[in-house]
Amino acid sequence: MAGEFKRQIQAALANPNMAGALGRFSEAYAASRAKAYEGIDFENLRARVAEVKGRAAGHLDELAARFAARISARGARVFRADSPQEVKDYILELAQKHGVKSVVKSKSMASEEIHLNAHLKEHGLNVAETDLGEWIIQLAGQRPSHMVMPAIHLTRQEVADIFSKEVHERLESDIPRLVKVARRELREKFLGAEMGISGANVAVAETGTLIIITNEGNARLVTTLPNIHVAIVGIEKLIEKLDEAAPILTALPKSATSQLLTSYVTMISGPAPNTDGSPKELHVILMDNRRSEMAADPKFREALQCIRCASCLNVCPVFRLVGGHVFGDVYTGGIGTILTAWFDQLKKSEDIQGLCIGCGNCREVCPAKIDIPALIQELRRRLDKEQPRSLSQKAVYSVVNNRGLFHSLLRAAAKAQKPFAQGGFIRHLPAFLGGLTEFRSLPTIAETPLRDRFKALPRPKGDRKAAFFAGCLIDFAYPELGEAVVKVLNKAGVEVIFPQGQTCCGAPARYSGAQDVAAGNARDNIAALTAQKVDYVVSACPTCTVALKHEFIQDLRETGQTGEIGAAQELAALTVDFSTLVKALADEGRLELKPGQGLAKFTYHDSCHLKRTLGVWQEPRELLARAGYEAAEMFESDMCCGMGGSYSLKFPEISAPILARKLDNVEASGARLVALDCPGCLMQIAGGLDKRGVTIKVRHTAQLLAEVLD
Amino acid sequence: MIFDLFQARAEAVSAEVHRAPDRAAALAFINEFLRAEDLAPAPGSWAIWAPGPLADALDQRALAANLPGLSFQVTRDLAAQAKVGISQAQWGLANTGSIVADSTQVEQRLVATLPWIHLAILPTNAILPDLPALLARIDPTTALYTTIVTGPSRTADIERVLTIGVHGPERLVIVCVDDMGEVG
Ligand code: SF4
Repeated sequence: MAGEFKRQIQAALANPNMAGALGRFSEAYAASRAKAYEGIDFENLRARVAEVKGRAAGHLDELAARFAARISARGARVFRADSPQEVKDYILELAQKHGVKSVVKSKSMASEEIHLNAHLKEHGLNVAETDLGEWIIQLAGQRPSHMVMPAIHLTRQEVADIFSKEVHERLESDIPRLVKVARRELREKFLGAEMGISGANVAVAETGTLIIITNEGNARLVTTLPNIHVAIVGIEKLIEKLDEAAPILTALPKSATSQLLTSYVTMISGPAPNTDGSPKELHVILMDNRRSEMAADPKFREALQCIRCASCLNVCPVFRLVGGHVFGDVYTGGIGTILTAWFDQLKKSEDIQGLCIGCGNCREVCPAKIDIPALIQELRRRLDKEQPRSLSQKAVYSVVNNRGLFHSLLRAAAKAQKPFAQGGFIRHLPAFLGGLTEFRSLPTIAETPLRDRFKALPRPKGDRKAAFFAGCLIDFAYPELGEAVVKVLNKAGVEVIFPQGQTCCGAPARYSGAQDVAAGNARDNIAALTAQKVDYVVSACPTCTVALKHEFIQDLRETGQTGEIGAAQELAALTVDFSTLVKALADEGRLELKPGQGLAKFTYHDSCHLKRTLGVWQEPRELLARAGYEAAEMFESDMCCGMGGSYSLKFPEISAPILARKLDNVEASGARLVALDCPGCLMQIAGGLDKRGVTIKVRHTAQLLAEVLD
Repeated sequence: MIFDLFQARAEAVSAEVHRAPDRAAALAFINEFLRAEDLAPAPGSWAIWAPGPLADALDQRALAANLPGLSFQVTRDLAAQAKVGISQAQWGLANTGSIVADSTQVEQRLVATLPWIHLAILPTNAILPDLPALLARIDPTTALYTTIVTGPSRTADIERVLTIGVHGPERLVIVCVDDMGEVG
């Protein structure tokens, strides 16, 4: 990772306006979005959006031709451009032919993508952005920090300063007053411009219709007052039929700005008369810029479904800290990373793709049903393939692919940590490793891992049998958690075995794009876990559960090891997370949870993989309630804690503030006990609380249940 | 029922909704409204009224004589200095509180975009339930420029503070007319 990128991250984190404004906005967004979607079946709506856009992406070329035929029959001119340069040349030539001096623009991401303004300015044209946010950014000489709210990182004071310079008049930082100034200044530009440039949100092939939505009303002026209108339209905006625009127009304002509908929706199907009575000179540029190539890619075609609502940015725990100047380029956030890799180049996404912590919030809210984290994973795999791995990466991967070596290294580390360990935590490491313990204490590596302790445990027989998949953290850092799992299952009459051949689930390699390495882990684990006939394979780590249940199959398939997929599917079918299994056993009447007395109030932290990938969040709450624990829900209980596996080592500067927010919410809940179902989150949250010197206990649901079973 | 939803949704986005039983009542309302806005034949104080079924059926000369500052001529220059723009909408959308106008004729656009106040006449019985109902009715072969308007012009681009009246009207006044008589 370039040092320059780390420096940008530091600068963004140190900018209180950026973090403050984005943070407040994203905290309020969830509720306002929910309100906008009240009474609407979101899953159904987004399935329709995805269907309409996905189908269109399958035949963009044909739709472009139909669109062009329709609208040009009414007098518009359509230009199909492959490259950004062709678009820029076309517009400049047109402007020069008509003696255009001034251009007004309404918001167009496509024009930003090709850096149109700079090109026109270089050739002596006056170009004014007229969307208020875009104009502010243009005057400030900056880049938008957010796709929908380009100037969200600037305060009213800063805007007042920027405007004051422009109008040579000292302006107060009164927002309505500033807006009036913008109206006055831009009104003159609207009336004086010879050319208007817009984008489009939708282009309908069947009717040859462009649909443009705004709140300010600038697009209506851009498309009405100047005699020439140029619309720059990425071909992914095409849909087949007019009625298919309904789900998009229904979802977009709700997701983007929590509105039922934006103030203005403009539908243009041909050149309407100008204010002087002449017909509009209407040009529509259908821009490809690698979109066709994307449509032909079986994985990335999905990204063309995007309707640019930016809700994926609003819910992102990383974006709300660093903003779009760091996280993205022209297009920002998770989807911006993907679009940058295509519309610009794969290499350009190299740094920013690392910012995705994989929490899955965006996948939940995306109205186009795009699995953004999965596509970022795919970028990682392609980046990994494109570049030779460094020697140190290779060394690490060969260790994790060699169970014996890996485990003996962990055992050695347990001995080496001795001087630093204290009460189960490592609070400080020697200077060169100090960064690792700056914001949270680390758990000590257990002297005796679970795999050794297991042999000494009582092993009651039962009429059902479960293989326990521990995963590295439980095996080597939290063996007592593993013992609690065994105890609870034993109580429910389930015999537990611990296949010694099990090893790391492969998450670190998998999430870095090294799929071949992950597939190696998959093979070893499949062999170990399917050797004996069992009723369940149980894991108390959601990341491991997801690996066993979903990712092993994918790893094998995508690395061409199809012969082993059958066994992987068998394993997947048996795999279940701890709380889901125990809830089912309790419902069967196999486990009696008598409410304990005088138990602490708990607040539950939802782990990303458990809640969003596995869809499990009620089960642990229900179990804890039955066991007599009283819940005190925290704010944003399902927001990522900042752990993200190796993410917290790669970006400790981001992981730390995400954790800080989580700890604030924990403390504000009033509970003195945090319950959760993930050893990774346990490590992060318990380590953070220890570092804060706060005595709030953090326990896995298995531990809390085991306690009341005594 | 459908009107009530329309009114509630429109008012929720700061549109002003009025209801008139018939044409005469609508005209009386507009008359009073313009007087209250200090209509005058001076830049920044006049009103322009675009062609439409109701406007076309009026005795425009008599009305203009009675209301100095009201013009049925709509030009770019007049619109740029107008306080009030009046037009007639084709449809309403109940579940978003929107009005819809075929604005192919440039006068429709000028009165609805440039003045401070946009006053729209809407036949009450033209309120459709929602967007899909509208999309089924639009004919893009003749309606080259259609606008759906939901409340006044707005922005939240500075510190996310909602501010009304950026580039378009800062007031949207909708007069629903139950019985349009011959016209409508
Ligand atoms: S990826 Fe989805 S959530 Fe993100 S901008 Fe596109 S449509 Fe919106």
